Amino acid sequence: MATNNKNLSALINPLSKDNPVIVQILGICSCLAVTAKLEPACVMGISVIAVLAFSNVIISFLRNTIPTNIRIIVQLVVVAGLVVIVNQLLMAYQYDVSKQLSVFIGLIVTNCILMGRLEAFAMGNKPWPSFLDGIGNGVGYAIILIIVAFFRELLGSGTLWGVQIIPASFYEQGYANNGLMILPPMALIVVACIIWIHRTYNKDLQEQ
Amino acid sequence: MENLNIFIRSIFVDNMIFAYFLGMCSFLAVSKNVKTALGLGAAVTFMLVISLPINYLLENYVLRAGALQWLGPEYADVDLSFLSLIMFIAVIASLTQLVEMAVEKFSPTLYASLGIFLPLIAVNCAILGGSLFMQQRDFPNVWTACFAGAGWGLGWLLAIVAIAAIRERLQEYSNIPKPLRGVGITFIITGLMGIAFMSFLGIKL
Repeated sequence: MATNNKNLSALINPLSKDNPVIVQILGICSCLAVTAKLEPACVMGISVIAVLAFSNVIISFLRNTIPTNIRIIVQLVVVAGLVVIVNQLLMAYQYDVSKQLSVFIGLIVTNCILMGRLEAFAMGNKPWPSFLDGIGNGVGYAIILIIVAFFRELLGSGTLWGVQIIPASFYEQGYANNGLMILPPMALIVVACIIWIHRTYNKDLQEQ
Repeated sequence: MENLNIFIRSIFVDNMIFAYFLGMCSFLAVSKNVKTALGLGAAVTFMLVISLPINYLLENYVLRAGALQWLGPEYADVDLSFLSLIMFIAVIASLTQLVEMAVEKFSPTLYASLGIFLPLIAVNCAILGGSLFMQQRDFPNVWTACFAGAGWGLGWLLAIVAIAAIRERLQEYSNIPKPLRGVGITFIITGLMGIAFMSFLGIKL
Protein backbone atom coordinates (compact mmCIF):
# COMPACT_ATOMS: atom_id res chain seq x y z
CA MET A 1 0.00 0.00 0.00
CA ALA A 2 2.80 2.37 0.92
CA THR A 3 4.53 1.82 -2.39
CA ASN A 4 1.23 2.35 -4.19
CA ASN A 5 0.87 5.72 -2.54
CA LYS A 6 4.40 6.64 -3.47
CA ASN A 7 3.82 5.67 -7.09
CA LEU A 8 0.59 7.62 -7.16
CA SER A 9 2.24 10.73 -5.78
CA ALA A 10 5.04 10.38 -8.33
CA LEU A 11 2.32 10.56 -10.96
CA ILE A 12 0.03 13.20 -9.41
CA ASN A 13 2.39 15.67 -7.73
CA PRO A 14 3.95 17.08 -10.90
CA LEU A 15 0.52 18.07 -12.20
CA SER A 16 0.14 21.03 -9.86
CA LYS A 17 2.00 21.08 -6.53
CA ASP A 18 5.35 20.15 -8.03
CA ASN A 19 4.75 21.23 -11.62
CA PRO A 20 7.99 21.14 -13.62
CA VAL A 21 7.39 24.45 -15.41
CA ILE A 22 5.82 26.80 -12.89
CA VAL A 23 7.24 25.39 -9.64
CA GLN A 24 10.51 23.68 -10.50
CA ILE A 25 11.14 26.25 -13.28
CA LEU A 26 12.52 23.67 -15.67
CA GLY A 27 12.12 23.45 -19.42
CA ILE A 28 11.13 27.06 -19.90
CA CYS A 29 12.98 27.49 -23.18
CA SER A 30 10.93 25.18 -25.32
CA CYS A 31 7.76 26.01 -23.42
CA LEU A 32 7.88 29.60 -24.62
CA ALA A 33 8.95 29.19 -28.19
CA VAL A 34 6.38 26.67 -29.40
CA THR A 35 3.24 28.07 -27.83
CA ALA A 36 2.08 30.59 -30.43
CA LYS A 37 -0.36 27.98 -31.79
CA LEU A 38 -2.18 25.11 -30.12
CA GLU A 39 -1.22 22.36 -32.54
CA PRO A 40 2.58 22.54 -32.29
CA ALA A 41 2.21 22.95 -28.52
CA CYS A 42 0.29 19.65 -28.30
CA VAL A 43 2.77 17.83 -30.52
CA MET A 44 5.63 19.20 -28.44
CA GLY A 45 3.88 18.14 -25.23
CA ILE A 46 3.34 14.61 -26.48
CA SER A 47 6.95 14.35 -27.70
CA VAL A 48 8.25 15.44 -24.32
CA ILE A 49 5.99 12.99 -22.46
CA ALA A 50 7.25 10.12 -24.62
CA VAL A 51 10.93 11.03 -24.39
CA LEU A 52 10.74 11.73 -20.66
CA ALA A 53 8.95 8.49 -19.77
CA PHE A 54 11.23 6.24 -21.80
CA SER A 55 14.50 7.95 -20.89
CA ASN A 56 13.49 7.73 -17.23
CA VAL A 57 12.92 3.98 -17.60
CA ILE A 58 16.17 3.38 -19.49
CA ILE A 59 18.30 5.39 -17.06
CA SER A 60 16.57 3.70 -14.16
CA PHE A 61 17.53 0.28 -15.55
CA LEU A 62 21.11 1.45 -16.04
CA ARG A 63 21.39 3.38 -12.79
CA ASN A 64 23.64 0.88 -11.01
CA THR A 65 26.03 0.43 -13.91
CA ILE A 66 26.69 4.05 -14.91
CA PRO A 67 29.97 5.41 -13.49
CA THR A 68 29.28 8.70 -11.70
CA ASN A 69 31.94 10.66 -13.56
CA ILE A 70 30.45 10.22 -17.00
CA ARG A 71 26.79 10.00 -16.09
CA ILE A 72 25.89 13.29 -17.77
CA ILE A 73 27.24 12.09 -21.09
CA VAL A 74 25.46 8.74 -20.74
CA GLN A 75 22.19 10.47 -19.93
CA LEU A 76 22.60 12.87 -22.83
CA VAL A 77 23.26 10.06 -25.27
CA VAL A 78 20.21 8.09 -24.14
CA VAL A 79 18.02 11.18 -24.41
CA ALA A 80 19.51 12.20 -27.74
CA GLY A 81 18.85 8.75 -29.16
CA LEU A 82 15.19 8.93 -28.15
CA VAL A 83 14.86 12.47 -29.50
CA VAL A 84 16.26 11.40 -32.86
CA ILE A 85 13.60 8.70 -33.03
CA VAL A 86 10.83 11.19 -32.21
CA ASN A 87 12.23 13.66 -34.74
CA GLN A 88 12.31 11.08 -37.53
CA LEU A 89 8.76 9.95 -36.68
CA LEU A 90 7.50 13.53 -36.81
CA MET A 91 9.22 14.19 -40.11
CA ALA A 92 7.59 11.05 -41.50
CA TYR A 93 4.02 11.58 -40.27
CA GLN A 94 3.62 15.25 -39.28
CA TYR A 95 5.90 17.08 -41.67
CA ASP A 96 4.22 20.51 -41.39
CA VAL A 97 4.31 20.55 -37.61
CA SER A 98 7.87 19.33 -37.60
CA LYS A 99 8.78 22.28 -39.86
CA GLN A 100 7.10 24.70 -37.43
CA LEU A 101 8.87 23.24 -34.42
CA SER A 102 12.20 23.39 -36.30
CA VAL A 103 15.09 23.19 -33.87
CA PHE A 104 12.92 22.87 -30.80
CA ILE A 105 12.42 19.13 -31.14
CA GLY A 106 16.21 18.81 -31.17
CA LEU A 107 16.36 21.02 -28.14
CA ILE A 108 14.33 18.50 -26.13
CA VAL A 109 17.78 16.97 -25.57
CA THR A 110 18.83 19.89 -23.45
CA ASN A 111 15.42 20.40 -21.95
CA CYS A 112 16.18 20.85 -18.30
CA ILE A 113 13.13 18.80 -17.29
CA LEU A 114 14.81 15.72 -18.68
CA MET A 115 18.15 16.21 -16.97
CA GLY A 116 16.42 17.33 -13.80
CA ARG A 117 14.19 14.28 -13.58
CA LEU A 118 16.93 11.86 -14.61
CA GLU A 119 19.25 13.23 -11.94
CA ALA A 120 16.66 13.68 -9.23
CA PHE A 121 14.46 10.64 -9.73
CA ALA A 122 15.55 7.99 -12.22
CA MET A 123 19.07 7.67 -10.78
CA GLY A 124 17.64 6.58 -7.45
CA ASN A 125 14.43 4.72 -8.19
CA LYS A 126 13.16 1.51 -9.77
CA PRO A 127 11.95 1.52 -13.40
CA TRP A 128 8.18 1.48 -12.73
CA PRO A 129 8.06 4.52 -10.39
CA SER A 130 10.47 6.26 -12.77
CA PHE A 131 8.10 5.62 -15.65
CA LEU A 132 5.20 7.10 -13.67
CA ASP A 133 7.33 10.06 -12.66
CA GLY A 134 8.23 10.62 -16.30
CA ILE A 135 4.59 10.51 -17.38
CA GLY A 136 3.55 12.81 -14.52
CA ASN A 137 6.17 15.43 -15.26
CA GLY A 138 5.58 15.21 -18.99
CA VAL A 139 1.86 15.77 -18.50
CA GLY A 140 2.52 18.62 -16.08
CA TYR A 141 4.69 20.25 -18.74
CA ALA A 142 2.14 19.62 -21.50
CA ILE A 143 -0.68 21.16 -19.43
CA ILE A 144 1.17 24.46 -19.05
CA LEU A 145 2.10 24.40 -22.72
CA ILE A 146 -1.53 23.91 -23.72
CA ILE A 147 -2.87 26.61 -21.39
CA VAL A 148 -0.35 29.14 -22.70
CA ALA A 149 -0.95 28.15 -26.31
CA PHE A 150 -4.73 28.35 -25.79
CA PHE A 151 -4.63 31.98 -24.67
CA ARG A 152 -2.00 33.02 -27.16
CA GLU A 153 -3.77 31.53 -30.15
CA LEU A 154 -7.25 32.67 -29.06
CA LEU A 155 -6.25 36.27 -28.32
CA GLY A 156 -3.52 36.56 -30.91
CA SER A 157 -5.12 35.06 -34.00
CA GLY A 158 -8.73 34.49 -32.93
CA THR A 159 -8.43 30.81 -33.80
CA LEU A 160 -8.05 27.51 -31.98
CA TRP A 161 -6.28 24.62 -33.68
CA GLY A 162 -6.46 26.67 -36.88
CA VAL A 163 -10.28 27.00 -36.69
CA GLN A 164 -11.75 30.49 -36.50
CA ILE A 165 -13.38 30.90 -33.06
CA ILE A 166 -14.08 34.60 -32.77
CA PRO A 167 -17.01 35.32 -35.12
CA ALA A 168 -16.67 37.70 -38.05
CA SER A 169 -19.35 39.98 -36.57
CA PHE A 170 -16.96 40.88 -33.76
CA TYR A 171 -14.41 42.09 -36.26
CA GLU A 172 -17.05 44.16 -38.02
CA GLN A 173 -17.74 45.96 -34.78
CA GLY A 174 -14.11 46.91 -34.40
CA TYR A 175 -12.58 43.98 -32.51
CA ALA A 176 -8.98 43.40 -33.51
CA ASN A 177 -6.63 40.54 -32.81
CA ASN A 178 -3.99 41.37 -30.26
CA GLY A 179 -0.89 41.00 -32.40
CA LEU A 180 1.31 41.28 -29.34
CA MET A 181 0.16 37.85 -28.15
CA ILE A 182 1.79 36.20 -31.15
CA LEU A 183 5.19 37.61 -30.26
CA PRO A 184 7.37 35.39 -28.10
CA PRO A 185 7.78 37.81 -25.14
CA MET A 186 4.07 37.52 -24.36
CA ALA A 187 4.53 33.83 -23.60
CA LEU A 188 6.67 34.85 -20.64
CA ILE A 189 4.01 37.19 -19.38
CA VAL A 190 1.27 34.55 -19.76
CA VAL A 191 3.41 32.08 -17.80
CA ALA A 192 4.00 34.75 -15.16
CA CYS A 193 0.21 35.17 -14.84
CA ILE A 194 -0.20 31.41 -14.43
CA ILE A 195 2.47 31.45 -11.72
CA TRP A 196 0.70 34.37 -10.05
CA ILE A 197 -2.66 32.58 -9.95
CA HIS A 198 -1.12 29.27 -8.96
CA ARG A 199 0.83 30.78 -6.08
CA THR A 200 -2.14 32.77 -4.85
CA TYR A 201 -3.81 29.43 -4.12
CA ASN A 202 -0.64 27.62 -2.99
CA LYS A 203 0.67 30.02 -0.37
CA ASP A 204 3.50 27.71 0.73
CA LEU A 205 5.20 28.20 -2.67
CA GLN A 206 5.51 31.95 -2.30
CA GLU A 207 9.01 33.38 -2.01
CA GLN A 208 10.04 35.91 0.57
CA MET B 1 31.84 42.84 -43.40
CA GLU B 2 29.49 39.90 -43.72
CA ASN B 3 30.95 38.43 -40.55
CA LEU B 4 30.60 41.69 -38.66
CA ASN B 5 27.00 41.87 -39.77
CA ILE B 6 26.32 38.36 -38.46
CA PHE B 7 28.14 39.18 -35.23
CA ILE B 8 26.02 42.27 -34.54
CA ARG B 9 22.82 40.53 -35.60
CA SER B 10 23.57 37.62 -33.27
CA ILE B 11 23.99 39.94 -30.33
CA PHE B 12 20.93 42.12 -30.79
CA VAL B 13 18.46 40.80 -33.35
CA ASP B 14 18.83 37.05 -32.85
CA ASN B 15 19.51 37.38 -29.14
CA MET B 16 19.41 33.89 -27.65
CA ILE B 17 17.34 34.90 -24.66
CA PHE B 18 15.07 37.64 -25.89
CA ALA B 19 14.38 36.30 -29.36
CA TYR B 20 14.56 32.52 -28.94
CA PHE B 21 14.33 31.94 -25.18
CA LEU B 22 17.23 29.55 -25.14
CA GLY B 23 19.18 28.95 -21.97
CA MET B 24 16.29 30.21 -19.88
CA CYS B 25 16.64 27.65 -17.12
CA SER B 26 20.11 28.63 -16.00
CA PHE B 27 19.25 32.21 -16.90
CA LEU B 28 16.45 32.25 -14.31
CA ALA B 29 18.34 30.26 -11.71
CA VAL B 30 21.62 32.18 -11.80
CA SER B 31 20.50 35.77 -12.37
CA LYS B 32 20.18 36.62 -8.69
CA ASN B 33 23.36 38.70 -8.57
CA VAL B 34 25.58 40.35 -11.15
CA LYS B 35 28.85 38.65 -10.25
CA THR B 36 27.77 35.04 -10.75
CA ALA B 37 25.78 36.12 -13.78
CA LEU B 38 28.97 37.50 -15.33
CA GLY B 39 30.82 34.25 -14.62
CA LEU B 40 28.16 32.08 -16.20
CA GLY B 41 27.81 34.43 -19.16
CA ALA B 42 31.56 34.28 -19.78
CA ALA B 43 31.52 30.48 -19.61
CA VAL B 44 28.61 30.25 -22.06
CA THR B 45 30.29 32.67 -24.48
CA PHE B 46 33.49 30.68 -24.34
CA MET B 47 31.72 27.38 -24.99
CA LEU B 48 29.76 28.83 -27.90
CA VAL B 49 32.88 30.26 -29.50
CA ILE B 50 34.71 26.92 -29.44
CA SER B 51 31.82 24.49 -29.96
CA LEU B 52 30.27 26.23 -32.95
CA PRO B 53 33.31 26.03 -35.29
CA ILE B 54 33.95 22.41 -34.27
CA ASN B 55 30.38 21.43 -34.95
CA TYR B 56 30.52 23.40 -38.20
CA LEU B 57 33.47 21.35 -39.41
CA LEU B 58 31.80 18.16 -38.23
CA GLU B 59 28.62 19.06 -40.08
CA ASN B 60 30.34 19.98 -43.33
CA TYR B 61 32.98 17.27 -43.53
CA VAL B 62 31.23 14.30 -41.89
CA LEU B 63 27.51 14.57 -41.44
CA ARG B 64 25.68 16.32 -44.25
CA ALA B 65 24.66 14.58 -47.46
CA GLY B 66 27.73 14.21 -49.67
CA ALA B 67 30.06 15.60 -47.01
CA LEU B 68 32.19 12.45 -46.96
CA GLN B 69 33.23 12.99 -50.57
CA TRP B 70 36.81 13.73 -49.52
CA LEU B 71 37.16 10.05 -48.56
CA GLY B 72 36.62 8.98 -52.15
CA PRO B 73 33.90 9.06 -54.80
CA GLU B 74 32.10 5.99 -53.43
CA TYR B 75 31.18 7.94 -50.28
CA ALA B 76 29.59 10.78 -52.23
CA ASP B 77 25.98 9.81 -51.48
CA VAL B 78 26.36 8.95 -47.80
CA ASP B 79 23.98 11.02 -45.68
CA LEU B 80 24.58 10.95 -41.94
CA SER B 81 22.54 14.03 -41.08
CA PHE B 82 20.18 12.05 -38.82
CA LEU B 83 23.16 11.61 -36.51
CA SER B 84 23.83 15.31 -36.18
CA LEU B 85 21.92 15.79 -32.92
CA ILE B 86 23.80 13.02 -31.11
CA MET B 87 27.15 14.16 -32.52
CA PHE B 88 26.57 17.79 -31.55
CA ILE B 89 25.57 16.98 -28.01
CA ALA B 90 28.48 14.55 -27.64
CA VAL B 91 30.90 17.24 -28.84
CA ILE B 92 29.41 19.78 -26.45
CA ALA B 93 29.40 17.42 -23.47
CA SER B 94 32.97 16.27 -24.01
CA LEU B 95 34.17 19.83 -24.68
CA THR B 96 32.58 20.89 -21.42
CA GLN B 97 34.42 18.15 -19.62
CA LEU B 98 37.70 19.11 -21.34
CA VAL B 99 37.29 22.80 -20.62
CA GLU B 100 36.50 21.97 -17.02
CA MET B 101 39.70 19.97 -16.67
CA ALA B 102 41.80 22.62 -18.43
CA VAL B 103 40.41 25.46 -16.35
CA GLU B 104 40.92 23.46 -13.16
CA LYS B 105 44.57 22.85 -14.07
CA PHE B 106 45.61 26.24 -15.40
CA SER B 107 43.46 28.73 -13.54
CA PRO B 108 42.19 27.49 -10.18
CA THR B 109 40.79 30.90 -9.28
CA LEU B 110 38.57 31.02 -12.35
CA TYR B 111 37.62 27.42 -11.66
CA ALA B 112 36.58 28.28 -8.15
CA SER B 113 34.40 31.13 -9.32
CA LEU B 114 32.78 29.17 -12.16
CA GLY B 115 32.89 25.79 -10.42
CA ILE B 116 29.28 24.70 -10.31
CA PHE B 117 28.25 26.30 -13.57
CA LEU B 118 30.76 24.64 -15.83
CA PRO B 119 29.22 21.14 -15.87
CA LEU B 120 25.75 22.69 -16.17
CA ILE B 121 26.73 24.27 -19.46
CA ALA B 122 26.55 20.91 -21.21
CA VAL B 123 22.78 21.06 -20.82
CA ASN B 124 22.40 24.76 -21.54
CA CYS B 125 20.04 24.96 -24.50
CA ALA B 126 21.77 28.08 -25.80
CA ILE B 127 24.87 26.08 -26.73
CA LEU B 128 23.09 23.25 -28.52
CA GLY B 129 20.68 25.79 -29.99
CA GLY B 130 23.64 27.66 -31.46
CA SER B 131 24.82 24.53 -33.23
CA LEU B 132 21.35 23.70 -34.52
CA PHE B 133 20.80 27.23 -35.86
CA MET B 134 24.22 27.01 -37.49
CA GLN B 135 23.09 23.81 -39.21
CA GLN B 136 19.84 25.41 -40.32
CA ARG B 137 21.40 28.56 -41.74
CA ASP B 138 24.21 27.16 -43.89
CA PHE B 139 26.99 29.53 -42.89
CA PRO B 140 29.48 30.04 -45.75
CA ASN B 141 32.64 29.25 -43.77
CA VAL B 142 34.03 28.40 -40.39
CA TRP B 143 34.85 32.04 -39.51
CA THR B 144 31.23 32.99 -39.84
CA ALA B 145 30.40 30.22 -37.40
CA CYS B 146 33.01 31.62 -35.03
CA PHE B 147 31.59 35.14 -35.23
CA ALA B 148 28.02 33.95 -34.83
CA GLY B 149 29.04 31.95 -31.77
CA ALA B 150 30.77 34.96 -30.23
CA GLY B 151 27.74 37.14 -30.98
CA TRP B 152 25.24 34.71 -29.47
CA GLY B 153 27.46 34.28 -26.43
CA LEU B 154 27.85 38.02 -25.87
CA GLY B 155 24.12 38.55 -26.40
CA TRP B 156 23.43 35.94 -23.74
CA LEU B 157 25.97 37.56 -21.39
CA LEU B 158 24.40 40.97 -21.96
CA ALA B 159 20.92 39.66 -21.21
CA ILE B 160 21.80 37.77 -18.04
CA VAL B 161 23.85 40.65 -16.61
CA ALA B 162 21.07 43.14 -17.35
CA ILE B 163 18.45 40.97 -15.68
CA ALA B 164 20.69 40.27 -12.70
CA ALA B 165 21.26 43.99 -12.19
CA ILE B 166 17.52 44.66 -12.31
CA ARG B 167 16.78 41.84 -9.89
CA GLU B 168 19.34 43.16 -7.40
CA ARG B 169 17.59 46.53 -7.39
CA LEU B 170 14.12 45.00 -7.21
CA GLN B 171 14.85 43.39 -3.89
CA GLU B 172 15.60 46.73 -2.29
CA TYR B 173 13.26 49.18 -3.89
CA SER B 174 10.03 47.48 -4.85
CA ASN B 175 6.96 46.06 -3.21
CA ILE B 176 5.84 43.20 -5.41
CA PRO B 177 2.66 41.21 -4.75
CA LYS B 178 3.67 38.15 -2.77
CA PRO B 179 2.73 35.42 -5.29
CA LEU B 180 4.75 37.16 -7.98
CA ARG B 181 7.95 37.49 -5.98
CA GLY B 182 11.05 35.77 -7.28
CA VAL B 183 10.33 33.85 -10.43
CA GLY B 184 7.08 35.49 -11.47
CA ILE B 185 8.37 39.01 -11.66
CA THR B 186 11.55 37.83 -13.42
CA PHE B 187 9.38 36.33 -16.14
CA ILE B 188 7.54 39.60 -16.61
CA ILE B 189 10.76 41.64 -16.69
CA THR B 190 12.27 39.26 -19.24
CA GLY B 191 9.12 39.56 -21.34
CA LEU B 192 9.24 43.35 -21.26
CA MET B 193 12.93 43.36 -22.13
CA GLY B 194 12.17 40.98 -24.97
CA ILE B 195 9.65 43.45 -26.36
CA ALA B 196 12.24 46.20 -26.02
CA PHE B 197 14.82 44.13 -27.86
CA MET B 198 12.40 43.68 -30.75
CA SER B 199 13.10 47.28 -31.67
CA PHE B 200 16.45 46.03 -32.99
CA LEU B 201 14.65 43.98 -35.65
CA GLY B 202 15.71 44.84 -39.15
CA ILE B 203 19.10 46.28 -38.25
CA LYS B 204 21.48 45.62 -41.10
CA LEU B 205 25.05 46.78 -41.43
